[in-house]
Amino acid sequence: MKFRGLAAGVSALLVVAGLAACGGGDDSGSEGDVTLTYWASNQGASLDNDKEILTPELEKFTQQTGIKINLEVVPWSDLTNRTLSAAVSGQGPDVLNIGNTNAVTFQATGGFYPFDDAALAKIGGKDHFVDSAFATAGAPGKPPTSIPIYSQVYALYYNKKMFSDAGLQPPQTWEDLVSDAQKLTDPAKKKWGVVIPGATVNASMHFSFIFGQQNGGDAFDASGKPTFTTPGMVAGVKQYVDLMSRYHVVNPSAAQYSDSAQAAGDFARGDAAMYFAQTSGINVLKQNGMDPEQYGIVPIPAPSGGNDIGSFVAGTNISIFKNTKHLDAALQFVKFMTSDAEQATLNKAYTSLPAVKGVSASFTDDQQKLDTFTDILANRAKPLPLVAGVQAFQANVGGAVVSLIAKAATGAQVSEADVRNALDQAQQKMPA
Amino acid sequence: MATTLPGRAAAGKTSRGGPDPATPPTKARRKWLSWKRSTPYLLLVPAAVLELLIHVIPMVVGLWMSFIELTQYYITNWSEAPWKGLGNFTVALDFSGPLGRQLLRSFGVTLGFTVLTVGISFGLGLCAALALQRFGRGRGFIRTLFLTPYALPAYAGIITWKFMLQRDNGLVNQLITNDLHLTGNRPFWLIGSNAFVSVVVVAIWQQWPFAFLMTMAGMQVIPDEVYQASSIDGASTWQQIRHVTLGMMKPINSVLLLLLFLWTFREFNTPFVLFGPTPPASADLLTIHIYSSSFINWNFGLGSAMSALLMLFLILVAGGWALWNRRISRDA
Amino acid sequence: MREQLSFRIFRWVVLVPLGLFVVVPLYTMIMSALKPLRDVQGAFSWWPTRPTLRPFVDIWSTVPLAKYFVNSLIVTSVATVFSALIAVFASYAISRYRFRGRGTFSGVVLSTQMFPGVLFLLPLFVVFVNIDRTLGFTFLYQTRVGLILTYLTFTLPFSIWMLASYFDGIPKELDECARVDGASALGALFRIVLPTARPGIIAVAVYSFMTGWGEILFASQLTNADSRTLSVGLQAYATEANVYWNQVMAAALVVSIPIVAGFLLLQRYLVAGLTAGAVK
Repeated sequence: MKFRGLAAGVSALLVVAGLAACGGGDDSGSEGDVTLTYWASNQGASLDNDKEILTPELEKFTQQTGIKINLEVVPWSDLTNRTLSAAVSGQGPDVLNIGNTNAVTFQATGGFYPFDDAALAKIGGKDHFVDSAFATAGAPGKPPTSIPIYSQVYALYYNKKMFSDAGLQPPQTWEDLVSDAQKLTDPAKKKWGVVIPGATVNASMHFSFIFGQQNGGDAFDASGKPTFTTPGMVAGVKQYVDLMSRYHVVNPSAAQYSDSAQAAGDFARGDAAMYFAQTSGINVLKQNGMDPEQYGIVPIPAPSGGNDIGSFVAGTNISIFKNTKHLDAALQFVKFMTSDAEQATLNKAYTSLPAVKGVSASFTDDQQKLDTFTDILANRAKPLPLVAGVQAFQANVGGAVVSLIAKAATGAQVSEADVRNALDQAQQKMPA
Repeated sequence: MATTLPGRAAAGKTSRGGPDPATPPTKARRKWLSWKRSTPYLLLVPAAVLELLIHVIPMVVGLWMSFIELTQYYITNWSEAPWKGLGNFTVALDFSGPLGRQLLRSFGVTLGFTVLTVGISFGLGLCAALALQRFGRGRGFIRTLFLTPYALPAYAGIITWKFMLQRDNGLVNQLITNDLHLTGNRPFWLIGSNAFVSVVVVAIWQQWPFAFLMTMAGMQVIPDEVYQASSIDGASTWQQIRHVTLGMMKPINSVLLLLLFLWTFREFNTPFVLFGPTPPASADLLTIHIYSSSFINWNFGLGSAMSALLMLFLILVAGGWALWNRRISRDA
Repeated sequence: MREQLSFRIFRWVVLVPLGLFVVVPLYTMIMSALKPLRDVQGAFSWWPTRPTLRPFVDIWSTVPLAKYFVNSLIVTSVATVFSALIAVFASYAISRYRFRGRGTFSGVVLSTQMFPGVLFLLPLFVVFVNIDRTLGFTFLYQTRVGLILTYLTFTLPFSIWMLASYFDGIPKELDECARVDGASALGALFRIVLPTARPGIIAVAVYSFMTGWGEILFASQLTNADSRTLSVGLQAYATEANVYWNQVMAAALVVSIPIVAGFLLLQRYLVAGLTAGAVK
């Protein structure tokens, strides 16, 4: 009898739960027309900017194929976590963008559709893509689980007017950058030499990688073990944190910027003379009211005697979720997004570098800027290590750098020992 | 509704036991007896089923999770997750390692936060309740006003504080640097060591009205005659407060303090809304520490082990309180 | 009874600063909601020099606030009604019957109330994910149904505990009279006890609704774009390049109004109900 009571209770529960579900209207589309859910990453100046850019293109795709796209633009601060929880839960979109730094981590979860040779052939084959971009698609020797769509590199943006007013030339070495920044900093007038996205975890990881490389430090050794505390890595992170803690050329408020776009805002308003940003910065600055004529671009300089590395091979890849019920439609969509025509349109709008060979960069009429980016990608960019621990590297090292910047902003000196200590803790937190 | 179903099922079963017209009265009595004895269980069935589903089973699962290596690669492949035994607990309690040290630090921060928040909230609540005792007109208005922070949805209040605590455009810095000129340099309130002050103040703001409500209710049950008797004895207002009011409120206050302690110790909303999922070290409260260890670093095994330790601690606190309370009431 | 001067001074020393402490954030919320974006980006101003109602219009388009509102309403109401309904029966049993297992059950209820939500969040996350995998469709993970279940983890034990102490305060003789008149146990519950306990039930419902409406922990992990509730949705005003503080404040105000209004209306019941549990 007790068991019957239990059964009755459970069935009553299910009835109520079912009612709640119906009341909510969770109905998915009727059969016949396919709708893909697509999580786009925040490539533009704002989520709205992304929607404006993508919506007409997605409509084109719907016209061509009859497949509808349900678009959601996800900010970077949420994207990694939401993708991971989608991967572990099996509840996710059909197609999504990922940062190429995370490609190998996501591949290891097994939650994404592996592009074998047959699938690759459907979207134009491996040779359709730029080699350096395709190298970020997944771990070597395995079918990739993501396909590059936007390629980017970092560069140093500088405000032309502020530089010429002060009689300065764009910096060639890190020492130049620091001394220029000191001359341009005037806290009383709220002018600062450099702006950094101080509380942004992923960007902080990017900078620790770039500056570590400049100082000869690698984040991982050949066997994929973390080596965060090598002298080069420590010197690299110190070089970055010193901008705030030693030279005071960064507005302390920047220690709370949890989104790169906030730093772009400072640069666009002329509150900061220099700003490290990826290629897409051109579009972000335009959306913030700053024209490309107002600023120049040079590679991020290295300390004299250091390695001339100014970026890693950054970019965004597109993945198909393994649990999708519309694999064919999803493949068609990936093919569409990596077609020459779309690559040209989207990379122009987002001011990023196309990931396919058939299209050349065209995001600006300024040949000099184009050449600078092309030079950085060809000669001064190193790929991030293709190991599954990269996501943990981002969370732990990025987090450590954020807290060092916070420490510097609140007035404390950050010594080399502090940096080493923070990196050591980050390393010990890495999964064995 | 849920209970009438099993009730009918029970009736159906007994009648299906076979008609026996020879002994109708006995049957009726037996039926009545069993119905009476099972009534409380039938009433409890829906609640018990739900308790089982949402509390007991998850707790068992949680304990089991704390013994395996449940990272992002294994969450949907339980069976393949490597058994770690006490490994997660060893990592969490190894205070020489960074994870253990951070847990210990987080525990210390949480303890300090809880003691300050509960102590000050309770003090404020008690003072306000005393001050409003026998307050004439406007008492109802003040009481309602004081209870508003408690009624407000947690995030609405906290997010307002987050705005007030902004470095460049917040009210707090405007007040202390520009209006009162207490300091020339605008301090940070949401990073660094000040973050601890912020999280304590915001938690007090939300919590003291509850202490106020409870102490006020406690004062209301003290009969007027007791006060009259003591004032005939020539007791001053202060003596009355000390001997009559506080004395008679002891049992309520001890329940209230326990409740406040248990609730504050697990506070999640305040640091999460103020700082996001990774708060500064000075405001890294335990619940959010466990949350980030699990969802940012994707190590559910370790997160579960830390939850189990937190649960153990709270059980110890509640148990200790119960023992102490029994001794007090035995002595009294 | 004359009050001493020192007590009167004490009264004002307590009430005035506390009043300011309570009011300043409320003041900030209301005033900032009336400012244009520009005026909340620079240094804080105490008074809206260019008052505008635009933020109250813009909040609905910057983020899908209406959708979050509906989600919050559905999840919180269903959890409230459901837990109150179940709690009525359970509390009646605990309050009126002495039976084997009564202590165990009350113990479980009381103890779950003190455990932190994160303790249930991790296993529920894993359980939901795996149930959905087995079912092959999204039933619990990041759905309103799943969220309602998790909200019961805190509304149910509290409701049972509070209602049981409320029922204890209703004289047993009342329902015994009804039983003598031939009413069944349920009859006595429905005809005698429930009408008398109405304030207690209202208090339980108000309290459950308030806690559910303000819940963040479960909502932050167990919702997606479709099922997101206000508590998490409100943070969306701050993820982009601009933090729309004026809109954040306007939205905070708008989502608070139903709760605060309900609280003010039902305050008497809530105070009576809450304290009935603790004072005894």
